[in-house]
Parts: sequence; C-alpha cells; structure tokens
Amino acid sequence: MYEESAWEDSIVGRAQAKPEPAGRCGPPSGSELAIEAERLEKRFGDRWALASVDLAVARATVYGLLGPNGAGKTTTVRILATLLSPDGGRARVAGHDVAAEPGLVRRAIALAGQSATVDEDLTGRENLLFLGLLAGLRRGAAKARAAELLAAFELEEAATRQVKAYSGGMRRRLDLAASLITRAEVYFLDEPTTGLDPAARARVHQIIRSLAAGGATVLLTTQYLDEADQLASRIAVVDHGTVIAEGTPGQLKAMAGAGTLRIRLADPAQRPKARHALARLLELPVQDGADPAELTSQVPPAGSGRPASDQAAAAVAELARAGIAIGEFALGQPSLDEVFLALTAHPAASTQATAEGSS
Amino acid sequence: MTAVTTARPTSGTSAPAGLSPGPRPGPPGAWAASVAFGWRALLKIKHVPEMLLDVIAIPVIFTLMFTYLFGGALASSPHRYLQFILPGTLVMAVLLVTMYAGTGLATDRARGITDRFRALPIWRLAPVAGALLGDIARYLLAASLVALLGLAIGYRPEGGTPGIMAGIGLLLVFALALSFMWTALGLLLRTPQAVMSAGTVVLFPLTLASNVFVAPRTMPGWLQGFVAVNPVSHLVTAERGLIAGHPAGGQIAWVLLASGAVAAVFAPVSAWLYGRRP
Repeated sequence: MYEESAWEDSIVGRAQAKPEPAGRCGPPSGSELAIEAERLEKRFGDRWALASVDLAVARATVYGLLGPNGAGKTTTVRILATLLSPDGGRARVAGHDVAAEPGLVRRAIALAGQSATVDEDLTGRENLLFLGLLAGLRRGAAKARAAELLAAFELEEAATRQVKAYSGGMRRRLDLAASLITRAEVYFLDEPTTGLDPAARARVHQIIRSLAAGGATVLLTTQYLDEADQLASRIAVVDHGTVIAEGTPGQLKAMAGAGTLRIRLADPAQRPKARHALARLLELPVQDGADPAELTSQVPPAGSGRPASDQAAAAVAELARAGIAIGEFALGQPSLDEVFLALTAHPAASTQATAEGSS
Repeated sequence: MTAVTTARPTSGTSAPAGLSPGPRPGPPGAWAASVAFGWRALLKIKHVPEMLLDVIAIPVIFTLMFTYLFGGALASSPHRYLQFILPGTLVMAVLLVTMYAGTGLATDRARGITDRFRALPIWRLAPVAGALLGDIARYLLAASLVALLGLAIGYRPEGGTPGIMAGIGLLLVFALALSFMWTALGLLLRTPQAVMSAGTVVLFPLTLASNVFVAPRTMPGWLQGFVAVNPVSHLVTAERGLIAGHPAGGQIAWVLLASGAVAAVFAPVSAWLYGRRP
C-alpha cells in the first residue's frame, strides 16, 4: 500500500514515533486534543453560518469535517485558523485560544485548500520562495525548500511559469506544497482534493496520511464521503451550521442502520406496490432509486432482534409471495453517502437524538 | 471496513536527508516580512507590466499632445510650453500610479490569498508595508520615465539634475502619503475595479482642474477658486520651484504638512481595516 513511501517522506518527513492512535474509539479527552471547539457560532448578516459547532480532535489524527456546500465547514476552518472571530463559543487550537492568542495559534498551523491560495501572477517557484521567506526561512533555505517541493509535487517543468497558466490540479498541488514548507502542528486542509483527478487525489490522500503519521493533526473538510471514510479516524457531519453526527466512520454507518437493501423490480409498474409492502415489512422509509425499477431501504439495526441479512431475506421473500417479481437484490453496508442522506433527511433535532442514542 | 481506516506507513527511516520539512523556524521579523512582500510587489511589476504602462501612457500622451498640439498656441512655442508643463505631467504620472496601491491589496483579497497571509505568524501590517515598498519602486519608475521623456524632447530645467532629484523626492513623499488613502480604500471596496474607478473619479478632476496644464489666470472665477485650494496645484507649484532650482519654502512646507496629515489619518485606518477579524 505504501510503495511510494520514499516520495512521501521527501514531502512530509519521517514518522515521528507518536503512539499509534488506531483503534481509538471513544471521543478523545484532555490535553490529547489538538483542536477543541465549544458551541461555535457565527452570523453573517441575519444568516447563521454556524449555529453551534462542537469539535474535539485528538493529536496526530486525521479528522473529517463532512458536509455539503454551505454547511459551515469553511466558516469553521476560518474561525479555527484565526481568520474570523466567532460570535459565540470558544475554540482552542494546539492548546491556544483562537480569540485570545491568535499569534500562538498561527505559529502552530498551516492552511491549504479553498481558504488559502497562491499568487496567480507569480511563478510556482516564486510563490514557494516568497512563502518560504514568510515562514521564517532564510533566502538560501527557502530556495532549497522550494526546489524540493517543486520536485516532490512534479511541478519542476512548470516552475518558471506564472500560476495563472496552471491547470486546476497543478494549482492545488502548489497550494498544498506551500502549506508544507515548514512543519506545522495542525493542518487545516479545506477541500484539498476538489477538482483533482483520481491519481492526484490518491497522492494528496497519501500526503494527508503521512502528515498524521508524522505526528501532525489534520482537519480535513470534504464533500467526498469516501474521502473522509478512507482518511479520517473520526468524522463530524455538518449541516446548516451544526454538527448533526460525530463518530468513527463505522459508528456513523451503524447510525444509518445495519445496511442498505437495494431491490430492482422486474416490472417498474409494480414499484408503488412494492414500496408500500417493503415499508410495512421493515418499518422504515423506502426510497425510490433513480432507476424507475429500483427501491432502496435501510434495514433496522441488529439490536431489533434478528440479523440484518435475515430481515432482508425475509422481506424479499415476502415481496415475492405478494406477487411482486424481483429482478435482483443486494444487501450492503451503508455508504457514507447513505449515512449522510439518512442523517440530513430528518430534522436536525431528531438526528441529534439518534446520534446520541447510538454512540 | 473497520472503524479506523487510516492506515499508517511504517517506514520513515529512509527519508532523504534534508528533504523533509525542518522544525519551524521562528517567524520572520516585521522588516524581513515587509521586504518579502516588497519583493513580491517588484515581481508583479515584472510579470504584469501592463499595470504600470496603463497609467504611464496617459501622462506620456498628455505631455506629447499638449507640448506639440497646444504648446505653440499656449506658450508661443512647443519648446517653451514643455518647460512649463513637464513638472505637472511628472506629478500627474506619479499620482495616477498611486491608485495601484489600493488595487494590489483589493486583488489579493478578491483572490483569497489574503487569508493565507493572515493565518501566518507575521507582523499584521507586513503586506501593507511591503506593498508600499513596491509602490515606491513603481513611483520612481514612473517619475524617471516621464523625466527622461522630457529631457529627450528638449526639457532643460534650470535646477539641473539636483533639481529633478529633489522634485522627485518631494513627489515620492506626497505619493506615499496618498498611497495610504488608496490602501484604505482598497481594503474597504470589494473589487480592484471599484478601486480603479474611485481612483479615476478622484484623480482626474484633481489633476486636470489644477495648474498642471495652464496658469489659472484665464479660468472663470469659480474654477480659479478650486484650483487655488486643489492640493495638486500646491504640489505642482512646489515641484516647479524645486526643479527650477529656486524652491518655494512655503509651498514645500504645505506639501509636507498635507502629506503628514493624509498619512496620519489613513495609515491607522488602513492598519485597522487590515487587522480586523470579520
């Protein structure tokens, strides 16, 4: 899985023997926290961008902040990075209060992605050199570091071209490189892979993993649910300015039910009838798929008595008995997409209760 | 899929020496950070020379047009008129370039790069100070260009080179003070275009309704009144004296005082506008 570890090392440095946090399940506590936020509120005019955001991110982990556009992810990152002051609540990053000690917070963080860009008029090399000087490197060291990063991010050929001539992917790579000039305790990566092709995304993923392995904390915002699933040890799902669910990817999936039953009917005309029957059998809402012959439903969690597979099989058998011809069916672990839909389809208050009930 | 899918690399001993990021050095001092921003401003002049040429073109065209088109009519010969108009177009060139002090910061903010700067542990005002360092370079370039053009087409000031140098020096002081005003405006307005429009709206009437092109004697009374209080007129009069080698102390003092006043108001305003956290 880590064939490219030498490449990675050149960018983010060696693993710094932080104790392996894998398997951590409960929310972290105490001085182990790299980021803590309590009831963060932010209002723009009469619109509440953040209604109440609580976060607790353990050191040396990747934490996913997941939500659709406008959910409040970027606002949260901007408050934590000392760019915005909250209208309510408090936050500490790397042990320092963002409102009272912004200077100390800035010494500990690096920001990349949507919230920070590079200078379009300058070349790639000039950008890195300039930001290296601002990071406190001397000119010689800044030059050397710029050259290393250009090589590591495969931007050497484009090094002397103005950034405005870069492709979206090249820009993102340069942007990320700029955040890696010197080591930070906490990295805020605001949608770092938006607009990247799959290969470039995979590379960014590796960089993110090795940052955490090197002892740094990464707060990653993303709209890609699989990205949070793959990278983050814990995820907060944000919608309308509040955290509507928080936990490990596994816990979040468990919240949405034991699995998803997907049925394709032989005859699309039977869908209303099938939907009705299935909803009665599983006692859960049933969604129409995009395909006119498709139906999907959550299967109640195992706690309800029978294993999910039994319930799904029984439901399918029951449909067949009722004269509904089934083309194919499948039972799968819910994807985070389905988790997200399940969580946001309800009013925020009731999902909050669900989240608390199952964690 | 297990709860924690974040696989961790086990390697780490093979990192090529010197390639990985070192521990963070201390943040740069206020001066070092400002110089870095100044260097960036110079790079921008190199990469986006249009920004300079756009504004230089107007004084150059005005110098040539007024000298050759109207010079004969206004002062009996183009050569004689050139001796009168050049200090004025010099002022005009530099004042028009000052607009860019505001557009640079507005551009940074519109493109989002300001956020990266504000998340850095550097002196809060380093971007503003650095931009001003870059502006000084731009003003010098603009002034030299117009002065050289004048000399090339027959401008022969009595004060000689020292006179021109002194004139450019005083002009720089005033331009720098004015830069604080544009900086504040650039931080207040949403787009670089808005700053440019505001700059044009303010600067064109000020430079045209002054004593740059003609002595105000022939103007209607109300306009003479305006020209008399127009700061550009005072600046141009001071410049004419300096460049001609017989400086008018009163006018120079007036320009220095006005510069101090403008800077005293707008430097803190800019600082506050840049430093505030929305």
